[in-house]
Amino acid sequence: MTAVLGVGLLALIAVSALALVRTDDVTCQTMALSFYGLLLALMFFVFRAPDVALAQITVGAIALPLMVMLAITRMKHREARRRKEKEPS
Amino acid sequence: MKFPADYPYFVAAWILLCGLYGIVRSKHLVHMVISLTVVQSSTYVLLLAIGFRRGGYAPVFAGLHTGARVVDPIVQALMLTDVVVETTVVALLLAMVVKAYEKGGTTSPDDLRFLRG
Amino acid sequence: MKRSHRLWLFAVGALGMGFVYCAGARNLPPWGQYRGPYGDAIAQLAVYERHTTDTVNAVTYDYRGFDTLGEEFILFSAVTGVMLLLRPEKQDSGGKRDEKGGNPASFRDRAALSETVQMFTTAIFGFAVIFGIYMATHGQLTPGGGFQGGVILAAAPMLLYIAENTEAFQRIVSHPLVEFLEGAGAAGYALIGMAALAMGAAFLTNVIPLGTTGDVFSSGTIAAISACVGVEVAAGFTLIIFEYLREILSQKKNEEP
Repeated sequence: MTAVLGVGLLALIAVSALALVRTDDVTCQTMALSFYGLLLALMFFVFRAPDVALAQITVGAIALPLMVMLAITRMKHREARRRKEKEPS
Repeated sequence: MKFPADYPYFVAAWILLCGLYGIVRSKHLVHMVISLTVVQSSTYVLLLAIGFRRGGYAPVFAGLHTGARVVDPIVQALMLTDVVVETTVVALLLAMVVKAYEKGGTTSPDDLRFLRG
Repeated sequence: MKRSHRLWLFAVGALGMGFVYCAGARNLPPWGQYRGPYGDAIAQLAVYERHTTDTVNAVTYDYRGFDTLGEEFILFSAVTGVMLLLRPEKQDSGGKRDEKGGNPASFRDRAALSETVQMFTTAIFGFAVIFGIYMATHGQLTPGGGFQGGVILAAAPMLLYIAENTEAFQRIVSHPLVEFLEGAGAAGYALIGMAALAMGAAFLTNVIPLGTTGDVFSSGTIAAISACVGVEVAAGFTLIIFEYLREILSQKKNEEP
């Protein structure tokens, strides 16, 4: 049972890794990253590593996408401000 | 079903190459950082495959007799460190990306020519 | 270098790397047949030696504690680096931004937040905090530990931000105590190691009484270090989140009156 599940899960991870790096739009990629993190967490659960699975859930599904979104938001915010400063002149 | 002997090692190599491919074809610095996390995730697959044992239990002895056959806890501790370091690296790199954008007005790795010594 | 040249160069390198890797992976133990003696030794000894049921955390915070101390300071210096890079510069803080109205925050879609979301996210804030504390203090018994609990604790204020309770969010993340706690968590880890030195043992020896296996206050320094790491990680991530959002938050404050 573990073997079937493990082989299938690893194949899914391999496919989604390729899909993740081939996604060019960064906002879409953040959501894909979250999904990829959850897949990795599932892999840790299946292969008897509950500690790492918990760390991977908190990091891969919360912390990393959160930080990426915050960075993107800040850059967009800067862009909006720059455009606003340019407009009146 | 038997466990295919070398399968996870090849998956690890595939994920590593996928991440590197993402870094090479990257057009956006944030895309590059995410590709780097993919590169790092290949080490999880490798370490997990090395420490795994057929029919082994998780190395948590709450409600498990102490003589039970468990999977390797040491590689799991290594993976835990790996996950933590990945997060800090991403936090620092994203701060650098934000700063590069604010100073140079670009997020493309090809346009980082304004960076000098 | 042109893009296509770069991809070709990568293809050559990847082929070479794949070849060498396959040659190397052939002699690894087959999947599912773990050979090494160290994992088995730790799994058998940790419960007796350290009175902990989670051997992974015994390895992380005790047997390999010095390594984790270094990792803690990687986190610490990364947070310092983020703060240095993202702190507001002088010319930015001038009176430029509050000179006119309009909606400069147009980067955020202004869809109205439904009351259900608002209520629910505020309600689970308390549960998230309690769960984070539980996770950080029970690392020696069940899967979890300081790092996981710390990240959950740091993510809890973000629920308030999602619920658009920006004032409460800002009060929490910009509190001066957060910076203090980050330093205190990192220092606490080092001080627990030093306490062993003061008692004549080697650095990071488990000198605190071990207690009963299965008890919350068991396993000596493992539980203490796990709690310190939890404090440090929670404070560190809160600082990172605040540094990313500082500019946006200050602008919102100027807009509102």
